Amino acid sequence: MCLGVPAEVIAIPESGEPRARVAISGVERTVATDLIAAEELRAGDWVLVHVGFALSRIDAEEAAITLEQIRRLGGTVLDDELAAFGRSAID
Amino acid sequence: MKYVDEFRDPAAARALLRRIDDLAEQLERPLRVMEICGSHTHTIYRHGLEHLLPEWIEFIHGPGCPVCVIPMGRIDDALWLARQPDVILTTFGDMMRVPGSEESLLQVRATGADVRFVYSPLDALPIARDNPDKQVVFFAVGFETTAPSTAVTLERARGEGLANFCVFSNHVTTEQPLRAIVDGGETQIDAFIGPGHVASVVGVHAFDFLAEEFNRPVVVTGFEPLDVLQAVAMLLEQFTSGEVAAGRATVQNQYARVVRSDGNVVAQRLMDRVFRTRDTFEWRGLGWIEHSGLGISPEYAAWDAEERFAVPGVRVADPPACECGSVLTGRIKPWQCRVFGTACTPATPIGTCMVSPEGACAAYYNFGRLDRETANAVTIRE
Ligand code: SF4
Repeated sequence: MCLGVPAEVIAIPESGEPRARVAISGVERTVATDLIAAEELRAGDWVLVHVGFALSRIDAEEAAITLEQIRRLGGTVLDDELAAFGRSAID
Repeated sequence: MKYVDEFRDPAAARALLRRIDDLAEQLERPLRVMEICGSHTHTIYRHGLEHLLPEWIEFIHGPGCPVCVIPMGRIDDALWLARQPDVILTTFGDMMRVPGSEESLLQVRATGADVRFVYSPLDALPIARDNPDKQVVFFAVGFETTAPSTAVTLERARGEGLANFCVFSNHVTTEQPLRAIVDGGETQIDAFIGPGHVASVVGVHAFDFLAEEFNRPVVVTGFEPLDVLQAVAMLLEQFTSGEVAAGRATVQNQYARVVRSDGNVVAQRLMDRVFRTRDTFEWRGLGWIEHSGLGISPEYAAWDAEERFAVPGVRVADPPACECGSVLTGRIKPWQCRVFGTACTPATPIGTCMVSPEGACAAYYNFGRLDRETANAVTIRE
């Protein structure tokens, strides 16, 4: 539960709600952006996602390094995180 | 250096290790470096970092794993909540396997309680909307990285007037347990690797007290093996330059690509509004620590599970075999616990440190299984 996983912003919903549609390793879900509200997010940006919330904006290089690092943590760490993320019901 | 080839940038790792070797030779005494955060523990074990470093530098694993520091009494309280009629208890997946004094949440679920794991605290809200005749409780754990997410969720529940939702808060803060560790004198810690994600919320200055009051250097660090090695080099420089000896330890930010010095102000304001600091809170291995836990503020009392239910709040001693407390405070290494790897494994955890992948025992069980002496005997270094 403690990981911060990089995700790419796919779309920002029109509703004006603090939400972003993001993808982590191909799995798409909605995350909450309340905690980075002051920042303008756009499709193509990268964010660090923790328990369904974008915690901070990061650059693409940092995202790639972090994802690679999580993959190398081995075992089922990334798979478990992705499975849980895939079940998330944030709308 | 067999592990180094797996690094993203083996050449950079070799160069850093050489620099660390040079610096370590200038040290006047061995150093004990505590990594506060469990994710750093994971990085260290996965990449065998402690075997790559000179003998005089020892990693001590700190209390920064939210699952690990939960005392058994709070698990029993959560089990009690789960057994109440018409309650749906929601929590993070890791919490499901933590043993209470008689059973775990997974076991009470098998006997009919409605316990569901969620990825995000926000995921508990649709469960509450869809079950208006039930009380949905979110069993919240975590440090300052996670607490803002619970705060947003509570604000949303209040905004919607969602009356059948509440939070059983077990959020904790990093400062007081660190004070307890440096003040307690049981474990000598010379320097700290600061938690990158917590710092992204609370800011780098939140660790100034370790430098200013205790003259302990801190480097806030990312989670790549190279980040941790760089942090070790930065810490060593503070010792070899004479700054520490002169009483001028500082807090440095190695993770500036993610962490701003003031942290996340939006998240800090939210936490201030939604939470209140408890007078005291119990930690596994550290006992009761003043002002270390976050309860729900009076403004949000209607969404506080401890207000809504008569949560028993009994204190339960850890099982006699469990030495998690000693592991969490750096008094022993995981393999020194009598049940490590025998009665206590990730599949059958006795203590919390074996439950979460970030826990020192689980990380060590999954990646280590060698102590430094054995490791040196099989010459992992070149
Ligand atoms: S081996 Fe098990 S009981 Fe012993 S310290 Fe680790 S988690 Fe606790």
